[in-house]
Amino acid sequence: MRVDDPKLKKIEPPTMSLGDRFYLPQVAAGLLVTAKHIFGVAFQDKAITVQYPEQQHVPSPVYRGVHRLNKDEEGRPKCVACMLCATACPAHCIDIVGATAPPSWPDREKYPESFVIDELRCIYCGMCEEACPVEAIELTGLYDLTGLSREEMIFDKAKLLSVFDVTRDAEPMKFTTPPPAGRPTPTQALDSPVS
Amino acid sequence: MTIWVLIGILIKMLVVVGVTQGAVAYLILVERKIAAYAQDRIGPNRCGREIGVPFALIQPLADGAKMLLKEDVVPKYVTKPLYILAPWIAIATAMIGFAVVPFGPVGPNQIIDFQIAPNVDIGILYVLAVGSLAVYGVILAGWASNNKYAFIGGLRSSAQLISYEIPLGLSILGMVLIAGSLDMNRIMAWQSRHVWGILVQPLGFILFFTSAFAETNRLPFDLPESEQELVGGFHTEYSAMKFGMFFLGEYLHVITVSFITVILFFGGWDVPFVTSPDQSGLLWAIVKVGVITSKVGLVILFIMWVRWTLPRFRYDQLMDLAWKSMIPLALINLVMTAGIVQLVRTYWV
Repeated sequence: MRVDDPKLKKIEPPTMSLGDRFYLPQVAAGLLVTAKHIFGVAFQDKAITVQYPEQQHVPSPVYRGVHRLNKDEEGRPKCVACMLCATACPAHCIDIVGATAPPSWPDREKYPESFVIDELRCIYCGMCEEACPVEAIELTGLYDLTGLSREEMIFDKAKLLSVFDVTRDAEPMKFTTPPPAGRPTPTQALDSPVS
Repeated sequence: MTIWVLIGILIKMLVVVGVTQGAVAYLILVERKIAAYAQDRIGPNRCGREIGVPFALIQPLADGAKMLLKEDVVPKYVTKPLYILAPWIAIATAMIGFAVVPFGPVGPNQIIDFQIAPNVDIGILYVLAVGSLAVYGVILAGWASNNKYAFIGGLRSSAQLISYEIPLGLSILGMVLIAGSLDMNRIMAWQSRHVWGILVQPLGFILFFTSAFAETNRLPFDLPESEQELVGGFHTEYSAMKFGMFFLGEYLHVITVSFITVILFFGGWDVPFVTSPDQSGLLWAIVKVGVITSKVGLVILFIMWVRWTLPRFRYDQLMDLAWKSMIPLALINLVMTAGIVQLVRTYWV
C-alpha cells in the first residue's frame, strides 16, 4: 500500500486542551481519583480483596486442584490399575503398582497396590481425569496445597483417598454411573492394538 | 566551644540518626499501607497479630530481619571495594544532610538549638551540595557491578540526578533572594514575620517540589529502578542489606527534602498568628518541633500519594521536562523575583 493511497485513513492523536498541556490540572485530577480509593478503603471498608485464611475463595466448578482417588459404594478405590492415567500424564508424575484383585472383588481383575502422585511435578492439566475409564481419579477444587518438605507433597494412595473423604460432600463424583456399554473396559482398552 | 556544647551536639546526632532510621522503617510500613489502599487492598495487617500487636506494627522489624538475614550475594566479577562502598555512600550522603536541617526553633533566645550544626550561614547550599553527592553512590554501584545493565542504569540515573539538580537549585534561589539569606532559620523567621513561601513563590514551589521528586528517585521519576528496561538499573547486582541501604538512603532523602520543602515554602515551625521567632521557653520549643514534624509528615504522605497515582515517565520525557520546561521556567522565575525584590528594596524599604 502506498503512502498516498486514498483508502488510507489517517488518525490524528486527540488534541490536548490547555489544561492537559499544563499537566498540573490532570495531575490533580489523578490525585483525586486515588484519594477516593484511599479514603474508601481506609474509612468505608471498600477493599475488594479476599482476606484469605478467614475468607475462603470458592473456585469455579471446572477448577483443577488437588487429585483424589474416588471410592465406590463399598469404600474400595474405584481404580482398576489400568495405567491409562499414568500413560496419559505428560509430566510423568503418576506411579502405579498394580496387583491382582483379591477374589472377593469379582468386578475387576486388578487393583492399585500403590498409587502415588508427585504433586510437585503435576501440571494439573487434567489428562489423567480424561484418560481414566472408570472415573477413579478426579481433580478437586482444593487449591491450598502446601507442604513443608518435598516428601510431604508426594501423595500416596491413602492420602489421595483421604482427599476424597474430605471433598466428597462439597464435590460429588462427576460420574457415578458405570461407563456406557459401548465403551471398552480397561482390560480391553489395554489389549487392543495401538493403531 | 566548651565540652558541653560538644556533648550536646553528639546527643543531637544520636537522636537525629535514631529517629530518622526508625522513621524510615515505619514510613515503609505507611507507604505499603497507602499503596494497598490506593489499589483497593488492605496491606500488611498480620505481622504480630498472634502476640497482640495491632495494625502490623512490628512489620518493620520483620522487614529489617529479612534484609539482614537474607543471603548477601556478592558476584565474583564485581570490583569489590567499590561495590561495598557504594551503598555506604548512598546512606552517608543522605545522613549528613541532616546536619543543618533545623527540626525546631534555633536562636540565641532558645534553650536548645534544634539543629546539629546551628548558625550555618549557607545551610541550603550545604544540603544541596551533599544531596548531589548521592550521585557517587549511584554511579559507583553501576560501575562496580561490572554488568552492562547496571552500568547503563547507573549512567542514566546520574544523568537524571544531575539534570534535576539545576531546577532544584534555581527554584530555591527565589526564596533565598526574598528572605535575603541562605540560612534556613532566617528564611523561617522571614516567613513567620511576613507570609509563607508558597504564597510569594508559587512557581518556585512547584518547580522545587517536582525536582525534589526526581532528586529522591520517587515516582513519577523513579527511572533508577527501571525494572522493565534494565532489569533493575544500578542496583541489579545488590541483594539483602546492601540493597536495603540504597532503599534507606532514598527514604532518608525523602525526609530531608520534605524538611526543606516545609522550611522554604510552608513556614517551618510557623503557625500564622500563633508563633513568632521571638518566643522562647521549653513549651514553645516543643510546640514548634511538633508543628514542623507534622508538616513534614504531611509532605511525606503527599509524596507517597503521588507515587501511587502517577505512572513513570519515559526517559526522554524525563529529560525533556527538565531541560526544556523546568530549567527555563526556573530561570524566568529567578529573574522576575530578582527584579521585584530589587524594586521593593529600592522604593519601599
